[in-house]
Amino acid sequence: MSPKKRPASSVFFDVPGPKTRRITLIANIIGGAIVAAILVVIAMKLQVQGQLEPAMWNVVVQPISWTAYIIPGLISTLTAAAVAIVGALVFGLIFGVARLAHLGVVRWVAGVIVEFCRAVPVLLMMIFLWYWFGSISFIPDPSFWAVVVALILYNGSVIAELVRSGVINLPTGQHEAASAIGLTRIKALQFVLVPQALLSMLPALVAQLVVALKDSALGSAIAYSELLREARLLGTPLNTLQTLFVASVIFIVINYGLGKLGERLARTMRGRGLTLDEKMAEDMPINVPAAGAQAMLEDPDDEPIFDESTRLRQEATGDRRHL
Amino acid sequence: MEYLSRYWTFMAKYNVLNAFWVNVSLTLAAGALALILGTIAVTMRISPVSSLRLASTFYVNVFRDIPLTVVMVIMASVVWMQLNVSFSNDFHTDFYILAVIGLGIYHSSFIAEALRSGINTVPVGQAEAARGIGLTFLQSTRIVVLPQAFRGSIAPIGNTIIALIKNTTVASVTGVSTETSSTMQAAIEMGPQFIFLIFLTFALGYVIIVIPVGVLSTSLSRRLAVKR
Repeated sequence: MSPKKRPASSVFFDVPGPKTRRITLIANIIGGAIVAAILVVIAMKLQVQGQLEPAMWNVVVQPISWTAYIIPGLISTLTAAAVAIVGALVFGLIFGVARLAHLGVVRWVAGVIVEFCRAVPVLLMMIFLWYWFGSISFIPDPSFWAVVVALILYNGSVIAELVRSGVINLPTGQHEAASAIGLTRIKALQFVLVPQALLSMLPALVAQLVVALKDSALGSAIAYSELLREARLLGTPLNTLQTLFVASVIFIVINYGLGKLGERLARTMRGRGLTLDEKMAEDMPINVPAAGAQAMLEDPDDEPIFDESTRLRQEATGDRRHL
Repeated sequence: MEYLSRYWTFMAKYNVLNAFWVNVSLTLAAGALALILGTIAVTMRISPVSSLRLASTFYVNVFRDIPLTVVMVIMASVVWMQLNVSFSNDFHTDFYILAVIGLGIYHSSFIAEALRSGINTVPVGQAEAARGIGLTFLQSTRIVVLPQAFRGSIAPIGNTIIALIKNTTVASVTGVSTETSSTMQAAIEMGPQFIFLIFLTFALGYVIIVIPVGVLSTSLSRRLAVKR
């Protein structure tokens, strides 16, 4: 299947003839009418309750709402997400490499920590860290640090898995060449394997930034003054529909933009990956598929991005996002 | 040892098992809703009808990019409080139903994307053959494409279900006060001296639930994958 030439949607129906075109047109009108009807019903319900009155929306057009609530909230959201993604990258590199260590104890301990952080809900970690940090006097802003540390632990352990499977899925020649020129295992990881894995991880990192940004909204439950909490405060008690609408639009626009950026990066990376694969295939036609197959056997259940079958499958949709 | 037995007496006040049951039941209800909505969305997405395609794309993009917490807050403070949408006389029931709807809608967008990636694993020949024997769009989707797509998308659907299990804790924001994160918070407030043990108790509960689901989804995805 060649997804570039043929979008998945066109596979399921022939190039329509005149009769089918008519049917499709009718279906289109009916479908459009149903969608429009749903929207109209919702709008009418809102209208009946007076939610669409201009007076109700005053609160979100006043400059003071933006300068005192929405923009500071947005800045807090972005700060938490940015600090968290940097921390998560550091955490992920350390634990991803630790999971590749020769020493069994290191591998095992890192594995337990990563699996634990991936399985525990972020909200539970945040609540726990908030109370814990609150009881330690030298931590200045418990809410902020609870949000950031919880996001680092979760996203960091996801990134650790990406680093690990990224390294495992590199062609074996890379590892062999590194040992052939006399690099130790650590040096090989540092100079040859991890940099390549990191490059191919770039789109996934952007996707993880979206996850961190979305999860930072959990901070509203532990009194961190991010966008959601500020919007809620601004709208209390009777304008939350309007203020939360604005906050939602801001979240969606930012995340959608980042998602598109990730997709573009993924396309660029894939372009690079393909040229590399072709060269590899020319040099040693047997080794490349073997390396891929072995990586699949060793590591079939990991993040979908580096699982070969899922990767191929997802290439078609360009979707590399996680929850 | 004495510390542990004091912790045991302290935790007896909290019904931890029941709290986890609330989360599991939220997962089951919201998961069913998400699967239904996600299947509808993906069918619309691949249909020849462009207005439905557009609506589905919009729906998926909106609910994939909005934070779950925002959805859950909207369910409580907009849908319930400001718009007075109510399903019963008991506000606990209302909050539970609203939480299920919020979780279901949010995760349906990820189910739809998982299914769409599964549809891309179905070779073109399958759909062509289905059309070749005269099946209509809906017939070929239902009988030929979606069954294979489901089998090809078990791994990403499994990931979505695991995320859903963990995300049910956000139901506390909608006012479901019997679930784990609210129970844990109450316990920490009453017994701050046990904070680490309390967190460990609830965290291990999730590890015990999540890891088998992950193993199951991996083995299912391998066993049910269509050999090509």
